[in-house]
Amino acid sequence: MSTVRFIDEFRDRTLAARLAEGIAAAADTGRTYQLMEFCGGHTHAIFRYGVQDLLPANVKMVHGPGCPVCVLPMGRIDHALQLAREHGVILLTYGDLMRVPGPERMTLLKAKAEGADVRMVYSAMDALACARANPGREVVFFAIGFETTTPPTAIVLRQAKAEALSNFSVHCNHVLTPPAITSILASASDQESAEAPRLDGFVGPAHVSAVIGYRPFEAFVRDHGRPVVIAGFEPLDVMQAILMLVRQLNDGRCEVENEYTRVVTRDGNLKAQALMADVFELRDSFEWRGLGWLERSALQIRSPYAAFDAEKRFPLKSAAIADNKACECGAVLRGVREPVECKLFATVCTPENPIGSCMVSSEGACAAYYTFGRARPTMAPALADAS
Amino acid sequence: MSDERRRMAGGLDYRHGRIELWHGSGGRAMAQLIEELFETSFDNPFLARRNDQACFEVGAGRLVMTTDGFVIAPLFFPGGDIGCLAVHGTVNDIAMAGARPLYLAVAMIIEEGFPLADLKAIVASMAAAAKAAGVAIVTGDTKVVERGKGDGIFITTTGVGVVPAGVEISAERARPGDAVLLSGSIGDHGVAVLSKRESLAFETELLSDCASLHDLVARMVEAVPGIHAMRDPTRGGLAALLNEIAQQSGVGIALNEDAIPVAPAVRGACELLGLDPLYVANEGKLVAFCAAEDADRLLAVMRAHPLGRDAARIGTVVEDSRRFVQMQTGFGGHRIVDWLAGDQLPRIC
Ligand code: SF4
Repeated sequence: MSTVRFIDEFRDRTLAARLAEGIAAAADTGRTYQLMEFCGGHTHAIFRYGVQDLLPANVKMVHGPGCPVCVLPMGRIDHALQLAREHGVILLTYGDLMRVPGPERMTLLKAKAEGADVRMVYSAMDALACARANPGREVVFFAIGFETTTPPTAIVLRQAKAEALSNFSVHCNHVLTPPAITSILASASDQESAEAPRLDGFVGPAHVSAVIGYRPFEAFVRDHGRPVVIAGFEPLDVMQAILMLVRQLNDGRCEVENEYTRVVTRDGNLKAQALMADVFELRDSFEWRGLGWLERSALQIRSPYAAFDAEKRFPLKSAAIADNKACECGAVLRGVREPVECKLFATVCTPENPIGSCMVSSEGACAAYYTFGRARPTMAPALADAS
Repeated sequence: MSDERRRMAGGLDYRHGRIELWHGSGGRAMAQLIEELFETSFDNPFLARRNDQACFEVGAGRLVMTTDGFVIAPLFFPGGDIGCLAVHGTVNDIAMAGARPLYLAVAMIIEEGFPLADLKAIVASMAAAAKAAGVAIVTGDTKVVERGKGDGIFITTTGVGVVPAGVEISAERARPGDAVLLSGSIGDHGVAVLSKRESLAFETELLSDCASLHDLVARMVEAVPGIHAMRDPTRGGLAALLNEIAQQSGVGIALNEDAIPVAPAVRGACELLGLDPLYVANEGKLVAFCAAEDADRLLAVMRAHPLGRDAARIGTVVEDSRRFVQMQTGFGGHRIVDWLAGDQLPRIC
């Protein structure tokens, strides 16, 4: 007997078809439903599995800013470049960030080719191991991510302190989900209201909610009158969440519902939260690509760990650096523009030669559109011919 | 000869010994390494003549030639090591032309300090793989670089083989209507290697699929000499291969995700890490493009071979001036299967 099983989505496909029927039946043909998936993980799943092919025309997904690489502004990329090029450190970071263009389209990858010591890590723990292995060098971990990747960074900072590592520090770029969602709704309702899509509801984050729980979204729902359904990253999770949102909207309900009960609870992971609270505190304000400066939207390292804070340890110049003028990343991140509406999309800007951050990470909307969906309008006939 | 006696006789000390700079400097140490390790392991009359080249008769027909450099971390992984990989890789590149592989040449660049025991294990693995594939390693070269200037060991293998008359397999020959056949499950090698990367370490019983495919190819070519195109999906996975063929043949490819075999362990690991098996490396699989009317016959031959047991028809070549590879997803939607920009990276969201 062979040990191989064919890709086992037969069952998924039946379930997906059933959910698709459910959504089509529930969706009121007299109106449209504009739903935003906040997380890049959801955006990726929607494109990779072709979820939108299963939705009726009046249910439209708008892609949100939940991609940690995409929302990092130029100024922070510039910090990473300064650390690597001017301060001679070993700079460690997660892979995608290495390809994000900074000022003058410099990237960490190019800096590395020019001789800077930039290395990719898979986990925060790798960074610590690198510091231990290179006692004679300054080692900086350039930490990025939403609440999902924050606890591991906290653990590493605590460990570094316990070991009194003298050559290790963290450049902290951890950001928070709830303020970003709030900002999107705020901007959708004011200055850009003419062009911004109406957002009727949100597919809430998966792994982020595993850490922070869904309680933080209760206040959001109350204050902003938009339903949120927390969903896992599997495509069936996304479909189920869409159905739940459509039903809420039909019923005139506005609640936080949890589709991802196998992982997410109301209060989340209290141990991880305590760990984060011990090591990090809120920044007054932090710049997001596309969303601008948002108050209390990011974390910084608390003073007992100041010795491990790269922003304190190295004199870094902070200049406001404008994005490429033609790049629409900001509008894409706010859900105001679709990637294909950007003039540079697939012409000047491609994953091999990205202009903006949204084309870099596989969780970015531009990269997802390009990689999975750019033949979309003509795709179905070709596949039908083939089978 | 016991280790004890070997050491007394001045033989290589495999237990404690390491590669030193002079093993590559052309002197007596190098001669000893060649004689005791390479000649004994690769054991054939060409090597025994100790020329700087090998001289052999060739029959009528067309020769194919290929070369490949092997750089891998870790050097030893579940189901294989850099040694057998260096043989299988080149044998497969020859076989993909429909050819019978004959001879290999090997160049090794070894870092000073590399354990002799590891080198011995790698050489033994190469010798075994070459023997199983029926190819002789007939000439070679060894260089030693200073510590810090190499990553343990780099191996380059060059191979030659002969193509039977009437066989014309080439990447630009896929035609609209052709069937796309895959010889087995995808992603096994890449996941097996990843599982041993420090910091990603996860438990898996998965072994690399690395294998020489020439025998499978010989059966296939015998059954359907008119196979249009054939290639083995290594780096970049199945997705890269299909895009290459689409590009070179100027066609589109329509895939059916449900038909693509993936081992549960690969699927599980990919889900965990946020990777797509279509982009994960393989070392013992092939994809063949043939006329639709030959597909059933070819598939039957593949399935009758131990290395093609799980072979499947995964798609069809279509007309498409944009040369897109598209896929009906198992989920019921569709998408492009694009080239990968950079490396596939675990998800951080
Ligand atoms: S396509 Fe490129 S340039 Fe345009 S918005 Fe996306 S990342 Fe920016």
